[in-house]
Amino acid sequence: MKSAVVQLPGLNRDRDMIAALTKISGKAPITVWQTETSIPDDVDLIVIPGGFSYGDYLRCGAIAARMPVMQAIKEKAEKGVKVLGVCNGFQILVEAGLLPGALMMNSSLKFVCKEVKLEIVNAETDFTRAYEKGQIIRCPVAHHEGNYFVDQETLKSMNGNGQVVFRYAEGTNPNGAIEDIAGVVNARGNVLGMMPHPENLIEAAHGGSDGRGIFASALDVIAA
Amino acid sequence: MIKARVTVTLKNGVLDPQGKAIEGALGSLGFEGVHQARQGKVFDLELDTADKAKAEADLKAMCEKLLANTVIENYTIAID
Repeated sequence: MKSAVVQLPGLNRDRDMIAALTKISGKAPITVWQTETSIPDDVDLIVIPGGFSYGDYLRCGAIAARMPVMQAIKEKAEKGVKVLGVCNGFQILVEAGLLPGALMMNSSLKFVCKEVKLEIVNAETDFTRAYEKGQIIRCPVAHHEGNYFVDQETLKSMNGNGQVVFRYAEGTNPNGAIEDIAGVVNARGNVLGMMPHPENLIEAAHGGSDGRGIFASALDVIAA
Repeated sequence: MIKARVTVTLKNGVLDPQGKAIEGALGSLGFEGVHQARQGKVFDLELDTADKAKAEADLKAMCEKLLANTVIENYTIAID
């Protein structure tokens, strides 16, 4: 299983993501710069990390979503390659049209940096097989625009076909997201976007490893 | 040269926390009866063309591709 981490100006969680992927798979991911127009064929998982690409100008993720590398990622996603976007990576994926909905400013108007609880709503995706349906995990968040919005009709179909993967649980919704949605997949199930940062909760030094299962699932290294 | 102004606003039904805060601030300044405040964006663009029809088509494409997120926003184009 080979992974790739996308790098764009202003993203700053790439090193955390590289460390998490390396520790969990035992193999360092390759890095892909924004101007690249193709991604190697042997890459099975593409990760867009968090940060503030292009200074969040215009709308979070809007300019990054129009960079050449995104066309290459779209082509890979259409072929079934797994794509994971975390935080700004999630914002980039919705702006690129790879995931439904939009991420708006937090209802509190404040940047939130804290730990939340996540409910695993769908444990049958390529990214959540290490968990059980209904399981509650801890996960840190750090964002200003995480207020997920989608029109009612799309929301209904997303709920119907398991596209809502994570919800903020136990009253910890930090941003006003509709129906407490914290993470969603596309209809095919190979593109996941989430606001929380699982890469920052993967080992004892982080105070827990609740986020590890997302990478273990996506990298196909779930311990027996 | 053609000068154009693109206005991007949030669609009805989309929550606007900034607009809400502005509405509250106007109330606390003593401006009564402000029913609703919605915040949007304005882009002033200068295009190197004299062809109004082409400019309009280009501006529409710019809105669809970048200036607006049509999931949550509407846009209007005004050409001088």
